[in-house]
Amino acid sequence: MPMADFGGQPTPSLDLWADIQQLLQFHFMQNAFIAGTIVAAVAGLIGYFMVLRGQSFAGHTLSQVGFPGAAGAALVGVTPALGLLVFCVASALGIAALSDGRGRERRAETAAIGSILAFTLAVGFLFASLYGGFVQGVYAFLFGTFSGISDSQVAIVAAVAGVAMTVLICIGRPLFFASVDAEVAAARGVPVRALAVAFLILLGLAVAETAQITGTLLVFALLVAPAATAQQLTAHPGRGMALAVVIALLVTWLGLAIAYFTVYPIGFFVTTLAFAAYLGARAVRWRTRAAGRRATALA
Amino acid sequence: MSAVEITEPPAPATRRIGLALSFHRAGVRLGGRWIWRDVDLDVEQGDFVAVVGPNGAGKSTLLKAILGLLPLSSGSVEILGHPASRGNREIGYLPQRRSFDPDLRIRGLDLVRLGLDGSRWGVPLPGVGRRNTTARHRVDEVIELVGATAYARRPVGELSGGEQQRLLIAQALVSRPSILLLDEPLDSLDMGNQQSISALVQDICRTQRVAVLLVVHNVNPLIPYLDRVIYVANGRTAIGSPAEVITSETLSRLYDSPVEVFRTKDGRLVVVGQPDVAHFHADG
Repeated sequence: MPMADFGGQPTPSLDLWADIQQLLQFHFMQNAFIAGTIVAAVAGLIGYFMVLRGQSFAGHTLSQVGFPGAAGAALVGVTPALGLLVFCVASALGIAALSDGRGRERRAETAAIGSILAFTLAVGFLFASLYGGFVQGVYAFLFGTFSGISDSQVAIVAAVAGVAMTVLICIGRPLFFASVDAEVAAARGVPVRALAVAFLILLGLAVAETAQITGTLLVFALLVAPAATAQQLTAHPGRGMALAVVIALLVTWLGLAIAYFTVYPIGFFVTTLAFAAYLGARAVRWRTRAAGRRATALA
Repeated sequence: MSAVEITEPPAPATRRIGLALSFHRAGVRLGGRWIWRDVDLDVEQGDFVAVVGPNGAGKSTLLKAILGLLPLSSGSVEILGHPASRGNREIGYLPQRRSFDPDLRIRGLDLVRLGLDGSRWGVPLPGVGRRNTTARHRVDEVIELVGATAYARRPVGELSGGEQQRLLIAQALVSRPSILLLDEPLDSLDMGNQQSISALVQDICRTQRVAVLLVVHNVNPLIPYLDRVIYVANGRTAIGSPAEVITSETLSRLYDSPVEVFRTKDGRLVVVGQPDVAHFHADG
């Protein structure tokens, strides 16, 4: 993101404190950090459940749906954040309605999701052509931006995150049960089907939030990679969730800082950092498993 | 409101103290077909019961009716004197043939804990509160009971079928149920694990005073330990001791056609001549 408006490309001084002060001197960067922090926490937590439930494809589709949502909002002249929210939640309900939602019927779910995915991308393309000449805006929807986050956007992000987190805290334990062991959960009286729908809506909210920082194409950087990394590193649920949030926060803060000091887009850095973390975790786990096998072979 | 004197209806003659579950003229109709009907079964508390019969005869349906997951089309099922209802904490349940995704990154311990309070709303606060301490002790205790302590902290996806089965039995037991429903827990296991899991279930039944209903394909190794056998076939059921149920007379009556039961020299039962199955499942 070019910084010409602010008197040339800022350069880091390699003095951490001075750099942080430099990072936060502008209001738009403060907003970016506040929104980024909220988004990362929500994406880390909801992402943990998404990876646990094997619903990454649903998350992917919801993120693509954000594109026509944002483009449509621009077309009718409302804030893209609203378009993202409406489209993501509506698609979450659509996926829930078209698929059975239970673990065993994931086949039906992927087919339903794939169909929704194709259709919504086409609609997004139509909206973009109708609007015409907003290539720059499309670019921001797809790949993310951090320079234009307004105070009201921060307020929307905070409010939506508050609602999503409150709901997640209320349904957390039965949702975990239903995600791990749907059949026994159902026998124990857990409303598995209703929880599946509720979770898809939460996922829609999380995606709509995250897309405002990373863009709709790169939502996965914060939604999948930190959660998948955390689950590679620990099988302890509490620690896994906490680790997913920490990784998402680090990736976002570092991504914002690097993007501020360079001319390249934030989406690239956040995604690259998240991907590096995931690769690192896979390598760690591969090494511990190999060591475990050697130990077993020797015993 | 007018004063109406309410008198307790007399208890039905079939209800005895100490009955774990009781079917009365019960039937289930699915897709226009009776799976079974006019089923009368009583299982006493602490009984060890095998449920046998050909594939598709409705053995799992029987368990689902007990769990309240399937509504009866006729008759009634009572669990400890109350009508069957979903989410009954008096019943521990292990569904048919489950193996966990190798990539499921959850510890065995967490799986067992879900059996205790997984259906409760909210989230557990990490490591605080007396309820949490009690819960952790109970989980450790039941894991010890099934002999899974050594691997309870490893991710379930990495465990063998026998190890997963022990943890699932612990999950079913952790809430101290009076009734344990195990749907083919021996099915996907090798011979050694089949024997050790059967021994574990017998031991739990005796020491924990739990009524166990175990769906099995091969009832022979269990016969010396069983209190009753429920035979499900041809839309009907028969219950009694193995010696009463697995006989030419009972099975012929159940199937409405001649069925013969032979006893081999080593005491195994072999059933010949069932009309609708090529292979007999009470046989080894």
